[in-house]
Order: sequence, then structure tokens, then C-alpha cells
Amino acid sequence: MGRIAKYTRRGFLGLGIAAAGGLAVGYYYYQKPYPNPLPDTLEDGEFTFNPYVIIGLDNRITIITPRAEMGQGNHTTLAALVAEELEVDMDQITAEHGPAAPAYYNSAMMRDGAPFAFFEDGLVAETVRGAMGVVGKFLALQVTGGSTAMVDAYDKMREAGAAARMVLLEAAAARWGVPVENLKAARGAVLHPNGEQLSYGALVAEAALLKPPGSVVLKDPSEWRILGKSQQRVELLEKVTGAPIYGIDVELPDMLHATVSMAPRFGAKALSADTAAALATPGVLNVVEFVTNTEVGFGIVASNTWAAFEGARALNPTWEAASYPGDTAGLTALFDTTLAGEETFTMGGEGDAPGALDAASDRIEARYSVPFLAHTTMEPMNATAQFRDGKLKLWLGTQAPGLAASASAALLGIEAADVEVETLRLGGGFGRRVEADAAVYAAAIAAQTGGKPVKVTWSRETDIQHDAYRPMAVAQMRGALKDGLPEALDMRVAAASINKSFLGRVFPSLGGGGADRSILDGGFDQPFSWPHARFAAHQVDTAIPVGFWRSVGNSVNGFFYESFLDELAHAGGIDPLEMRLKMMQDPRHAPAREALKAVARMAGWGAALPEGVGQGISHVLSFGTWVAEVVQVDMRSGKVKIDKIWAVADPGLVLDPANLKDQVSSAIIYGLSAAIGQEITFADGRVMQENFYDYDALRMAGCPEIEVALLENSPRMGGGGEPGTPPVAAALGNAIFAASGQRLRDLPFGNSVEFDLG
Amino acid sequence: MELLVNGNTHVVDAPEEMPLLWVLRDMLDIKGPKFGCGVGACGACTVLIDGEPVRSCVTAAADISGAVTTIEGLPDGERLHKVQEAWIKHEVPQCGYCQAGQILTAVAFLERTPNPSDRDIDMAMDNLCRCGSYPRLRAAIKTAAGLEG
Repeated sequence: MGRIAKYTRRGFLGLGIAAAGGLAVGYYYYQKPYPNPLPDTLEDGEFTFNPYVIIGLDNRITIITPRAEMGQGNHTTLAALVAEELEVDMDQITAEHGPAAPAYYNSAMMRDGAPFAFFEDGLVAETVRGAMGVVGKFLALQVTGGSTAMVDAYDKMREAGAAARMVLLEAAAARWGVPVENLKAARGAVLHPNGEQLSYGALVAEAALLKPPGSVVLKDPSEWRILGKSQQRVELLEKVTGAPIYGIDVELPDMLHATVSMAPRFGAKALSADTAAALATPGVLNVVEFVTNTEVGFGIVASNTWAAFEGARALNPTWEAASYPGDTAGLTALFDTTLAGEETFTMGGEGDAPGALDAASDRIEARYSVPFLAHTTMEPMNATAQFRDGKLKLWLGTQAPGLAASASAALLGIEAADVEVETLRLGGGFGRRVEADAAVYAAAIAAQTGGKPVKVTWSRETDIQHDAYRPMAVAQMRGALKDGLPEALDMRVAAASINKSFLGRVFPSLGGGGADRSILDGGFDQPFSWPHARFAAHQVDTAIPVGFWRSVGNSVNGFFYESFLDELAHAGGIDPLEMRLKMMQDPRHAPAREALKAVARMAGWGAALPEGVGQGISHVLSFGTWVAEVVQVDMRSGKVKIDKIWAVADPGLVLDPANLKDQVSSAIIYGLSAAIGQEITFADGRVMQENFYDYDALRMAGCPEIEVALLENSPRMGGGGEPGTPPVAAALGNAIFAASGQRLRDLPFGNSVEFDLG
Repeated sequence: MELLVNGNTHVVDAPEEMPLLWVLRDMLDIKGPKFGCGVGACGACTVLIDGEPVRSCVTAAADISGAVTTIEGLPDGERLHKVQEAWIKHEVPQCGYCQAGQILTAVAFLERTPNPSDRDIDMAMDNLCRCGSYPRLRAAIKTAAGLEG
């Protein structure tokens, strides 16, 4: 199951391997603050050049792709970055996630946390981003999220491929006694001008002894053979043959099975539990208790997963009352009260919005809301753990193996260095698998199984009722028009701080996390010029855990902002596309203008449509990628039928067009499912939804046709996995207004109108 | 109980009401059928019983008399089934977790409906995919049916 599995075996193999590893000093060993973790994982006859490249005497080429593969295709594109410069073809390589190690920190993610719009590139913005990138390096967070995998890897993985190629060329030059300039690398071999060639495998032992280059020159994109072109995904075969590649598929000798039963009210403790009944369930072996940073609960240990589920039912604990308003009406009141009070902080903005609004004669006000949302990855939360001789081993699909290790270590009172994490494929992530909870609970249960490994699988009900939810949010929008064009905006948003909630779960010593830009992301940082604008966050604190849901704050504020702009356009009697273009005159906003114009052309925007049919448009810049979408709905039957969705995405640089289009389409469907029908509601302090029968998502019949086009106007590279999500809810709501005159301001829309989903 | 899975007979000592899914996954180490919901709502656990798609998470193993086919038993030796080939051609899977169930549902559907319309496909393919692979899934079914490229 990958390199870490080999590590344990290697412990017994002795000197030969250690010597082979010891000789392999790579480029990054000297250049970067963290050592190459690969020498410890090499098999006989394998050599590593840096944390990304392993080549065997037998010509097997392994590229380490140290980000979570949860459906984004990033293992393919990350491997392509290395393959392009290493001069190997995609059919010659194997992509492996590799070990959890500080060498694989994600600095792009921290850069994106800086409180500036993407197109803001002044000295202050860049200095703060640089500093946060350095923080990323020293925290050494190996995280997959924030649509940062490609931005982070773009230089370092190409450099890794180039650095390895250069020493292979040098080794060949020495072997043949010819100047290295006369040699060429292609398809995993070095070519002599006389037609001879040496495979990388034939050169690797010598090349690994050479001093790595101090600097590398990367190819000009015009010379690319692989990048910029659609590649077949590296993991297709295993995914169409049902290979046991996911965390939930782990099988180990003597492995026990377990599930968890936790307080349905967040932070509540158990008052009673029928342990005897649980133990009397056939197959149940033990019931253990655990207390973690996040929840108090029980582990039901059994000989198979189903017995554990049955035992959990029999256990039937009772729990304390909730510490927060117990139902959705009470929560809504809390949010509205918070919104009416003083703001917690503001971000961005310009001019004097309150003053301009007070003075304005043509004023529009509206209240918007979005609910809590669960992630519902197809693969329910699970983790396998073994705690033996003071050391913990974890097997799981995770977006943050380092966090899984450190949070589990903290619970068990051991060093993070004594935790080994094997990252398996993820049956969906969407931000849910950044959380460490599944690993921590598995570790807590594994501490009570006498050293036996235990796979802890959550029921779907537990998965839905113990998520880190997309925050509920309420917005009060105030706008003023002047001569038919927007003059002032005051956008106030009440929501919980994801940073505070998340840090409380994984780094409680770090405190509240300060001003959390996610409360205003998709609002304050959008490419519009306003004479007056103000973006204010009103932070709401409850014990309900909130987390990173595909596109995070952008999914919330993209809806509020882009819907309200549509309202302003209609109030001003101006076409919504025309109005946006007029507000995007700053040269730095050019990619947004181009994306909007392109999507409008594709959708035939402005053409006459039958009564009851309408189009809505929106644009959100998130994670450095500019995405414009048009939704067309047909409401002539009385229900909302989505005819088609058009999208244009501009990430600046497209590394794999087919895969990026699939990501945009996937992100649209994810956002559409939420916009149409998803909400997590509360009663008596508990999440009311249980399973796919009351928290469903779009199925095939309800999925509209989606047409995606890509542009490359943006001056800097952006991400791929998330930016398709934020515009879709607003575009849908705007289309419903265009078709019916009904303005929908509360998600999910399915509470207000009926959808025809086939 | 005795179970015929992918041509092999297994003798299993399991409680009467134990769902087939967990017998396959936890007792026979056949991991192709996936756990998604436990209530028959998502289709990730779909297997074929005598060629018919069945949601194995809500089907008691003891009640089964027919031949069970999981994704592991679909290829003919080394040769992939035409539906699997079409899935590769259209690069249908993203996270891939639902795809074994999708493929088996499509196999049974195409046996019954060799020339499906778009409407037929929409009605028959009701398995959940959270990555939203539906547009490619639809195209792959048409390819497997020999309807288009």
C-alpha cells in the first residue's frame, strides 16, 4: 500500500539499504530546510534524488505526489510537473502519495490566508503573503486544500524533475567522456549524438553520487510535451476495477473493527449508556470511552463493522443538553442579534459607505441567509490505528496527514514523531478530511485494544451529525444607486469563525485565530470598483463545529454578493452583465471582464427567451481563479427545470485542460446540490438530518448539461478544485428571478420553489 | 451459510440478518462493494445477484441463493468488461468511491436495455456520486452501448 508499508520491513533489512539511502543526497537536501524523507523508504536497487523522485536500477520511476487524491486528479498533474522536466513520459511513471513529512509543506495555502484580494499586489500585500509563506514552511503543514496543490507545486516539482535530469545527464557524460552539452534526455534515457543511449536505470547509481545542481533552468512553456495537455489519470484502472485503495479498505492481521457513538449535542457529556446491551450484541467485543478535544464518546469494538454498528444502537446513551440555542429558530435569532450589533472587524472596502447610504435617495436593503451544510463525502469518515510500544500508526484518507499525527499524538501523550501516517486514497474530501477527528478517535480506541490494530468506521448518520459544517450565515445588504449605477454597498455578514473553530479542535493553545477572512471571502476581495463600500464581519460563537467546505467563505458570500448585485441591476434598470462590466474598469479586473464576456457569448446572453425561461449570471474570483457562470432555467411547468449551465474559468495557467474542466463541472454540481436542497438544521441541540434520504445531493436525472471553457488571461496561477462552486447559487437564483420575478434570498431554494429533477 | 461470489463458493458463519455488504467486506475481504449509507440510499454497495443489481447493505446474506458478482468478478480474466473500458475512455471516476456500484448498475441496465435513450439512462442510473461525474458517466454508458464515440 505504498512506501510507508515498506518502511517497517526496512527496519529489519539492515546495512545495505541504509547505505543506499545514505548515498542519495539530493538537490533538496542542501536547498531546503527539511530533509528528504525518501532514503528511509527505498527498496533494494532504488535511488532518490530529492523528495519527489525515485529511480530504480530496473528503470522503475516513482514520482511522489504528496497531496491528497480525493478526485481532483492532482496525482496526475503533480506527476506531470516532474515528468515534464525529468524527460519521462507519463506511461513510464508511477505516482505515489509517499510518506507524511515536513518536506512536503504547503506554502501556497498560508499565502492565501493573507487578508488581501488576489489581484492586490502592492508591497504590503506581497510582504505579508511572503511572511505567511514562511510561516507555512516552518509549521510544515502538509495540507491539501484551498485549491493550492498546483500553485504550491508548480515550481518546486518542476525543479525536482530538472535537478534529477541534470545529474543523470552528468553521469552519462562522465561514462561516455563527452561534454554534457552534447547530450539530450528523452523518454527516460540519455541520448548520445552517435545514436547510443543509456536508460536512467543504467545511470542512476552513478548519478545519485553526484552533487546536485545549485540552480536549474526550467523549460519555457512553449517547449512543454506534457503540461498544458490533457493526460489520462494515473489511477483510472484501480478505480474501475474496485481496487482496495481507500482508507476504509485497510485490512491488517488481527485487525478489530469498531465504530463510534458520540454526543448528538456538541460538547455534551454522556449521562448514561447501556453497556451491557452493547456487549450482549453478537460480535461486540468491548465498549470503551474516550475524551478528546472535540467530543466525548464511546468506541464499540467488534469482530466486524456491522456488529459494531449494531452494538452502538444497543448502547443507546443519553446525553446532556446543548450549550447553544437548541433549534434553528433560536440560532437564527442569535445571528440576527449579532448582525444588529457592533461588527467584529471589517476588511477591504473604500470610501464612506454608511455616510453615502444615509445620504442616498435610491436605496435597497435585503437580508440573505445560508444554512449549515455537511460535506457527505461518499466514503464515510474512518481511520485505522494501531498503538503499540508507545508508537502509533495510522492508515487513513486525509487532506492533512501531519495534523492527523500531531492531534493523535497530543491525545495519547506521545511525540508526533512517534506517529506514522499512511495516507490512502480518499473517497471524497471537499475539506472534510482536513479535520483530524477520525484519526484522533481511532487513536483513542486503539489505545484500548491491547496493541491490536482497529479500523474505526463511522455510520453515515454519525458522519452527517458530527461534521465540521459549512457555517450558517446571515447577511444584511444595503446598496445605493446613482444614475442607475451602484454607488455604495454596506455588506454585513454574521457567521462563525472557521479558524477559531478549527484551531480549537487541532491547536487549542493557539487561541482564536484573529480576524477570519473566511467570514468575508467572496465579498471584500472581489474585482469591483465602488465609490463607497464596506464589508463587515459579525462573528458568532457557538459550540457547533464549523469547517472548510469546498470553497469555504466564497460559497457563502459569493451567493450574497452576486445575488444582491443582480438586485441592484434590476433596480437600476440596467442589464446585470452590463452593470458588472461597468464596475470592472480597473485594469486589474480584466480577467473578470473577459470571463464574463466569454460566458455570455457561450450562453447567448441577451437573446430573447420565452416567457418563464430566464438566465442568471454571476462571477466569483476565489483561490486565484476567476469563474463566470450562466444558469438557464425553465419555469413554464411551475417547477424550476435547469436547462443548462455555462462556465468560464480563468486560472491564469491551465496545466491539464480536461481535468480542470472536470473540476469546474464537479464544483458546480457540488454547489448546485447545496443550492437546491441541502441544509443542516437543529432541534433540541441535535442535527436533524441523518442520511441521504434527508440530506441528498443531485442524482443523474437532475444533473443539467454543463459546458465549461477555460481562459488564461490572469497574471498569476490559481487553483482548480473549488472556484467553480461559489458562483452557481447566485447564478441560479438570478435565473429564477429572470424567469419568474421571484427573488430568492435564502438557501436552499428548494424551501421556496419546487425543482424538476427528472 | 453458503455464498457463491464471483464463481467461488464460500462457507460463512454469520448471523442471519447480517447484510451481504459486511459479509463481503469484513469476512471475505472482497472490498469492491463500498459502504456509503447503510440504508440502500446511495448505491455504492451495489452488487449483481444473478445479473440483477442489488444494494448489498440492506440485503441479508442469508437470504441470497443466487450467484453474486462484485466488481472483482466483472472482468473476463485480464480483459475488462466493455463498461469498464468505456469508463476508462471517458475518464469517469474522480474520487472513484461510487464507481464500482455505478459500473455494476450500468452493466445490468445495458443487459436489459441495450439501446438506451437519455431518459432511460437517467431513470436507471440513480446511484449517488458526490464528485458529480454524471456528465461523463452518461457519455460512457452510451459508448458501452455502442451508441456514440
